[in-house]
Amino acid sequence: MTVTAYFASLSLLKLLKNMPGGVSQGLIWGIMALGIYITFRLLDVADLTVDGSFTTGGAVTVMLILAGWPAWAALLVAMLAGLLAGLVTGLLHTRLGIPAILAGILTQFSLYSVNLHIMGMAANKAVSVDKYHLLLSSRNIPAAIFTGALIALVLVSVFYWYFGTEQGSAIRATGSNPAMSRALGINIDNMKLLGLSLSNGIVAFSGGLLSQYQGFADINMGRGAIVIGLAAVIIGEVLGGAIVGKRLNFYGTLSFTVLGGVVYYLVIVIVLWLKLNSNDLKLFTAVVVALFLAVPYLRGQQKSSFARLKRKGG
Amino acid sequence: MLHLESISKTFNPGTINEKKALSGLSLHLAPGDFVTVIGGNGAGKSTMLNAIAGVWPVDQGRIILDGQDITALPEHKRAGLIGRVFQDPMMGTAPNMQLEENLALARRRGDRRGLRWGVTKAEREEFYERLKGLGLGLEDRLTAKVGLLSGGQRQAATLLMAAIKQPKLLLLDEHTAALDPATAAKVLELSDRIVGENGLTALMITHNMTDAIRHGNRLIMMNEGRIILDVGGQEKQQLTKQQLVDKFAALAGVQMETDEVLLSK
Repeated sequence: MTVTAYFASLSLLKLLKNMPGGVSQGLIWGIMALGIYITFRLLDVADLTVDGSFTTGGAVTVMLILAGWPAWAALLVAMLAGLLAGLVTGLLHTRLGIPAILAGILTQFSLYSVNLHIMGMAANKAVSVDKYHLLLSSRNIPAAIFTGALIALVLVSVFYWYFGTEQGSAIRATGSNPAMSRALGINIDNMKLLGLSLSNGIVAFSGGLLSQYQGFADINMGRGAIVIGLAAVIIGEVLGGAIVGKRLNFYGTLSFTVLGGVVYYLVIVIVLWLKLNSNDLKLFTAVVVALFLAVPYLRGQQKSSFARLKRKGG
Repeated sequence: MLHLESISKTFNPGTINEKKALSGLSLHLAPGDFVTVIGGNGAGKSTMLNAIAGVWPVDQGRIILDGQDITALPEHKRAGLIGRVFQDPMMGTAPNMQLEENLALARRRGDRRGLRWGVTKAEREEFYERLKGLGLGLEDRLTAKVGLLSGGQRQAATLLMAAIKQPKLLLLDEHTAALDPATAAKVLELSDRIVGENGLTALMITHNMTDAIRHGNRLIMMNEGRIILDVGGQEKQQLTKQQLVDKFAALAGVQMETDEVLLSK
């Protein structure tokens, strides 16, 4: 196929048609990114539990809806299941002294079996929007966008309130300076337990949203969730910094995190529209996230590094 | 106020790095005592402060503060009684949080942290006044991230944080050592004022013998995990640097030409 033929085959209309779907999915992943924000930015821990707890949330939600539960109640239980998963990681880390990253990997690994059990040993469970009342579905994208945006708004507000309270401040202090926190009487182990639990509760909740949206839970639906979440957090920070700048407050930061998820999915829509093989998406995402994570370091290097001295030939 | 009853601590016991840091150390502080602590490197000064703060448990002995046996309490449970300022200005504050948030965290030292607001309006006003009292212009930076402040400013803030909720005991661990001379003098003067105004009981480690003589009402000298000299009142006021060096040589059994061992810098 020649270059002109390639461009001729791209239809702008098709891109526009796919955009709303990107927005609705992006909102769901943006909500998950809020959970990742707690651990990655506030607690200063890269928690890999989320790849498992996201699926747990989806699995619990679908199974309970199939069992006749209302969707909102199923989501609440999914959130509780996520809280428990985070608690396990937290206990492995704080009570048994396992490094946080490894503790998360262990929980995530074990959740694969747990999730299969939840889904009755099936790798995939469908929940049809025709038979059950779901909160949101890809069949009705405008409604899904509305519901997703509403939930995101509520969560951002709750986050803003909670992390402004004494307890929320103590969690943030633990991430910012653990030695100081102990000296000020904060039980930093408990704060880590709390933060990891809350984070995975939100992640499982968003997994429950996605399973309803796509109409099924899949054992692999959480694979790479941590990377997508990091992408959303980082894209959100870059956008927030560029648009609002230094005056960006916590409410703004959280909103931009959700927006980061949306932008990520819009980029995916564009990339797919450009006919990139969808199997290459994970590679593409990883490269983008690595680049953004490296930017602060490289900027610092530019200002002071041995390489710079060498260039100057001093 | 504070009773240390023959506390001992050995690091890395049974290994080639075994280090007896405190050996049967006893110390009694009366309420309002402001004690300066001097001694060479490895004398056990910081170890003593860390033992009191509960950074790790002691091997032997008892620590009683304000009539309460705190020997078995972990660090965060003792924190309600103890205010601390560290040598490293980065250690006493949370860099990613605003100055007012840091102060509010300190305001609740040792309290249960629930779902009330982390910083209240009344506190903001209080912090403004208190920071204004420091005379460093920090009152206009209440909402600045602490990581943006200078080392001296951060240390002054930490000092205020340590005292903002009246502690039973204030521990100052060489808290001016990392500052430039002018800032160090300022922070030291602040320490004097804060201890005086609040009638605090305090322990202050310093490597500067002139400071050790000039500040506080009592001076102790440590060597090999023990207190080898304890002077107070009139006697302390009249001490000279040379006398201290001579005493150290005599008591520690070390001959030296200069005061390098004590000053160690």
